[in-house]
Amino acid sequence: MGRQRGIEILVGFFMAVGFVALFFLAMQVSNLSAAVTGDGYRLTARFSNVGSLKARSPVTMAGVRVGRVEGVSFDKDTYEAVVTLRIDSAMDRIPDDTFANVFTAGLLGEQYIGLEPGGSPEFLRDGDEIPHTQSALILEQMIGQFLFSKAGGD
Amino acid sequence: MLLEGLARLGRSGLGALERLGRAHLLLAAMLLGAGEIIRRPGLLTAQVFNIGVLSVLIIGVSGLFVGMVLGLQGHYVLAQFGAAESLGVMVATSLVRELGPVVTALLVAGRAGSALTAEIGLMKATEQLSGLEMMAVDPVRRILTPRFFGGLVAMPLLAAMFSAVGVLGGYFVGVGLLGVDSGSFWSQMQAKVDFHEDIVNGVIKSLVFGLVVTWIALFQGHDAVPTSEGVSRATTRSVVHAALAVLGLDFILTALMFGD
Repeated sequence: MGRQRGIEILVGFFMAVGFVALFFLAMQVSNLSAAVTGDGYRLTARFSNVGSLKARSPVTMAGVRVGRVEGVSFDKDTYEAVVTLRIDSAMDRIPDDTFANVFTAGLLGEQYIGLEPGGSPEFLRDGDEIPHTQSALILEQMIGQFLFSKAGGD
Repeated sequence: MLLEGLARLGRSGLGALERLGRAHLLLAAMLLGAGEIIRRPGLLTAQVFNIGVLSVLIIGVSGLFVGMVLGLQGHYVLAQFGAAESLGVMVATSLVRELGPVVTALLVAGRAGSALTAEIGLMKATEQLSGLEMMAVDPVRRILTPRFFGGLVAMPLLAAMFSAVGVLGGYFVGVGLLGVDSGSFWSQMQAKVDFHEDIVNGVIKSLVFGLVVTWIALFQGHDAVPTSEGVSRATTRSVVHAALAVLGLDFILTALMFGD
């Protein structure tokens, strides 16, 4: 009986340590503590070029993450990229004249969507489209334009 | 002559197919015997002890050293791009996604899987399994099922310990030894490692590996030729097959989970 009890205690300890390790991975290593996934509301935005924006890229406002990109699709009639954003439900006061930009984190970093709020008293609701957008800055295009303007200036 | 060769090829093919069928029948019998676990939880506890608790030391030490080596190597490469702060991301994703489940499964196959095969094989060779059957006790339910579920329970927990200890090992080397900033080590890791994408998929991987490793070990023991040579061959086969199955399955699972 004593040995069986000892084994049970050790197994209990083993499982507790295992669950603590999982908990550590969930809370300390991953983004579970920060991210609220699943709920929230959807907005769409149309861009003429989204660069390398992907699903799960962050959506930020004043540099703070307020949601994530849910998907990027292509509209074959207007030749535009349609980006679906999922905004956390706590962020329900985004004005309907908000500006959506595709930004790059650092020179070569990943791309994300930055929202710049306008001044309208009306707020965007689930399913609305953000009317004002600015496409991604493509480095090659910028260099090309810069060289072209230099050549034209002389 | 030609027909003889064809017949030999056919015989070996049929033999392999028959073994595969027997292995699946054994798996089905073990899964159907799950009720035995609920009736006698003591049997499961003893096997979680054998497979899990006794493997903690080797898993912990290996995890620590794998994490420390990842820290050293990762820092060497990342520092060339001026991205040493991303060390935490590299250590954590490679551990949680790949190395944790895979290395744990290989170590468990070597430490616990071989022991399971030898134990079952010897029970068969000394006719203890037949003895149980004589007493109207189903050896699959009484002997094999608790070991199977013991492995299934122990593997994800061991893999989680491996990854957690490995991340700490990478932290000691990266922050303690190489001077990476502690705050950005953790914050970049938390920003990039996703709970559902990375950690849940890692746990699913280790569950699959736990099933495969214990299944192969138990089947090889149960199917061993009941002589000392047969048991020794079965033990070798158990480790080799388990290692191959884990590495092959890991590729398939990685392609399915993170492939796009």
